[in-house]
Amino acid sequence: MRIVVPKETRPGERRVAATPKTVEQLRALGYDVAIETGAGAAAAYPDSAYAAAGAQIVSAEQAYDGDIVFGINAPSVSEQQRLRSGQVLISLLAPALDPDLVESLRARGVTALAMDAVPRISRAQALDVLSSMANLGGYRAVIEAASHFGGLFTGQVTAAGKMPPATVLVVGAGVAGLAAIGTANSLGAVVRAFDARQEVADQVESMGGQFLRPHLEGLDTGPSADGYAKEMGEEFNRRTTQMYREEVPKADIIITTALIPGRPAPRIIDAEMVASMKPGSVIVDMAAANGGNVAGSLADQVVTTDNGVQIIGYTDLPGRLPTQASQLFGTNLVNLMKLLTPAKDGVLALDLDDVVQRGMTVTRDGQTLWPPPPVQVSAAPVAAPVAEPPPVKAPMSQTTRLRIILAGAVVFLLVSAISPPAFLGHFMVFMLSVVIGFYVIGNVHHALHTPLMSVTNAISGIIVVGALLQVGQSGQLWVSILAVIGVFVASMNVFGGFTVTDRMLEMFRREEAPR
Amino acid sequence: MNLPYTLVQGAYIVAGLLFILALSGLSRHETARMGNRFGIAGMAIALIVTILAATIGQEASGLQIGGESGWVGLAWIVPAMVVAAALGIRVARRVEMTQMPELIAILHSFVGLAAVLVGWNSSYEHDVAYPKVHDVEVFVGVFIGAVTFTGSIVAYLKLSARIKSAPLMLPARHLLNLGVIVGFVVMTVLYAAIPHDNLFARQSLLGLMTLLALLLGLHLVASIGGGDMPVVVSMLNSYSGWAAAAAGFLLGNDLLIITGALVGSSGAYLSYIMCKAMNRSFISVIAGGFGVEAGTSVAGADYGEHREITAAGAAALLDQARDVIITPGYGMATAQAQYAVADLTRRLRERGVNVRFGIHPVAGRLPGHMNVLLAEAKVPYDVVLEMDEVNDDFATTDVVLVIGANDTVNPAAIDEPGSPIAGMPVLHVWDAKDVIIFKRSMATGYAGVQNPLFFKENSQMLFGDAKARVEDIIAAL
Repeated sequence: MRIVVPKETRPGERRVAATPKTVEQLRALGYDVAIETGAGAAAAYPDSAYAAAGAQIVSAEQAYDGDIVFGINAPSVSEQQRLRSGQVLISLLAPALDPDLVESLRARGVTALAMDAVPRISRAQALDVLSSMANLGGYRAVIEAASHFGGLFTGQVTAAGKMPPATVLVVGAGVAGLAAIGTANSLGAVVRAFDARQEVADQVESMGGQFLRPHLEGLDTGPSADGYAKEMGEEFNRRTTQMYREEVPKADIIITTALIPGRPAPRIIDAEMVASMKPGSVIVDMAAANGGNVAGSLADQVVTTDNGVQIIGYTDLPGRLPTQASQLFGTNLVNLMKLLTPAKDGVLALDLDDVVQRGMTVTRDGQTLWPPPPVQVSAAPVAAPVAEPPPVKAPMSQTTRLRIILAGAVVFLLVSAISPPAFLGHFMVFMLSVVIGFYVIGNVHHALHTPLMSVTNAISGIIVVGALLQVGQSGQLWVSILAVIGVFVASMNVFGGFTVTDRMLEMFRREEAPR
Repeated sequence: MNLPYTLVQGAYIVAGLLFILALSGLSRHETARMGNRFGIAGMAIALIVTILAATIGQEASGLQIGGESGWVGLAWIVPAMVVAAALGIRVARRVEMTQMPELIAILHSFVGLAAVLVGWNSSYEHDVAYPKVHDVEVFVGVFIGAVTFTGSIVAYLKLSARIKSAPLMLPARHLLNLGVIVGFVVMTVLYAAIPHDNLFARQSLLGLMTLLALLLGLHLVASIGGGDMPVVVSMLNSYSGWAAAAAGFLLGNDLLIITGALVGSSGAYLSYIMCKAMNRSFISVIAGGFGVEAGTSVAGADYGEHREITAAGAAALLDQARDVIITPGYGMATAQAQYAVADLTRRLRERGVNVRFGIHPVAGRLPGHMNVLLAEAKVPYDVVLEMDEVNDDFATTDVVLVIGANDTVNPAAIDEPGSPIAGMPVLHVWDAKDVIIFKRSMATGYAGVQNPLFFKENSQMLFGDAKARVEDIIAAL
């Protein structure tokens, strides 16, 4: 089958859906590849490089003459008209936000696979363009912020005076947020970050960021089923807003990455917070395309507020790194094609029983298959549907423990008041031995557990003493017989136990010890 | 001629101290053998003094205490002990290290049986100072002894695969257990209430209680599955200690109380360590099979395809590796693969490969089971590490060999909160560059949970008998 890669027509788009390297990989899967002339020019991939990799270079007119059409962005209306029935279109489609596009593709009989609808399961990570693009976007967001910011990121002490490090606040710790945290941290800034999913705190800290923790006692902040942050309740929002009010004025740079797929972006930084920032501060709103996390942000523009804060709303941040972005996008496509071409024979076989392929398929044979049935993510820890107590029990509080001890003491005092003195004497011995046994065993090396058990077993054969004393005690014959049986079995225990312990200990040796 | 009572008690104090030294000696490799000798010395002192006291009687301030069996008694005791010693030592010398769990379980049952016998004998004593207290002591002693006896026998049968190790699931089994315990308390009160001259009623009650306790022991252990055996064995160890302590109360013998309490509390603590390692509640294991119900199985989940590797392929991987960790499990014991594994380890170490072992606390069927097997095969113990010691090192490891382990290396314990083993600490073998899993088939492990490890991209399966496969690898190297 033939894959065609038309030039992207969206204004400002510099990426391309195939690079010379991915062309080779696609050809290895058995496909013919054709590239529209100049498609890779903006991403620094000349036609000659494609030709050298075995691609056919075709004119703009022939750019849709193939079985499979690769693209970065969803096709424009005029591009949609060039698609024909039976063709497979693979690109970003945002099916949830653009029902008209889905309908148009369905009506044309196009089989459309949305690269932005890959289920978030471990197996599908290799084809997840949202992750690979968000990673670049997060990096680029910091770079854009740095170029608009009038100061240094890293703190320095120089002969000309001391410069404090910039403080960067990252909102949302998904892939983009984590990339931004890492980049800002490596530039020397002090990085703080927040995400509604409390479980990502470790990831934030691993990238060098400091995770902000608002007071969230008593709220359900558990992970969502699909691996993205979910919209939270009102009380949660109130408390996090409070936290932002405190943190925003301290920040020199804010990068917001909060996006929930298929929904308008949540408004996190309101106008009042923007107004509280220092002049010269920079905000990068990575969610500007979906309405923005920041009050006053405009898609694809840099807005300067009255108090001198710049709000950057670029929606093409990954595209500003076109060479790398194309390579990653192209590799995601190759990985998808590997999945779709199990026989490596250049024939695309769509298997709708596979959750990954099913999840991506928007239209097929004149039918709309969007939205797909929900997929449970295995990568993110998901709370079991059955309400189960958490496996690790909370340790007993000091007061409950004290109460139990007191209650036990009272009961014991009552019992001891009516027991004979001899019993209490024995009980004293008993209790002290229990405590000694507990402490003696406390630091036993794990490898010695088996010998320890066999030696304690041998020692517990001490019950033979009891049986021995009973042999002649009562004078009744069968009591003596029972006692002798007791002596017999307990003795086996004593002798067997000590012997086998010795045998085992004999075997444990350090390397340099002589045999 | 009688032995002074104080001399006997003095000897018991010395023996008790020696037992404490024995246990504390066992906590480190360097002092372990010394510890065992302390134990033997303590036992020897206690036995000699007791045999003397039993033969010629003992006295305090001119008054004779207890009966004396005289030389006739000695004629009973000596042959019994000599034959028992010969038998015990013979078995202990011959037993395979892989059969250690069975041996320890059956030895526990002896203590239990002895405790039952001592309790019964003691129930015929008439001239006791506090008859009611004595009655309660008889009941408690016999009860614990009987539970230990049958429980250990079931454990022995399960461990030696004479009966199926799957947990027995009776309906309302917790109610049954509870019923037996309530019945025991009621009978104890009754027994103390019945006048001492009504011997028949008293002894029938004691007999009925013994029977119930025997059944309870049977049921308790029958309802615990094979994978929980490390906890069960150490728990029975603890029970056997409590049985000895109860006998001590019964006979007013401090040595029995000291020793029993030492063994009982140390065994209980060991079981607690094991439970923590499996993320099980201590109570639930003691009560028998509580933990089995928890969690919904997700065995049906689709994890994709597993990949296979040949012994030659595994050898090639090992040839390139600088760092290797071996994580053995019960499968290594059943395949008797410890010698082959030790040989492989030695060869790799001679090539300068850093080979270490990562042992999960509940690997095998006995606490420390794997350590004993590896020690038997002469693997130096300083490369045999505990889970917590190696878990952070997997990320820098080239190859992990999983030999006969399954649930202890299951990432579902961390990733799937709905899994029956969720929350159990596991070895993070999947962090390594390559994982080779030795397994007979794709069957699930003891917990009945599918293991997503087998389907990870860096995992490869090597099917077949672990011993044969390891030998193949050695040949290919």
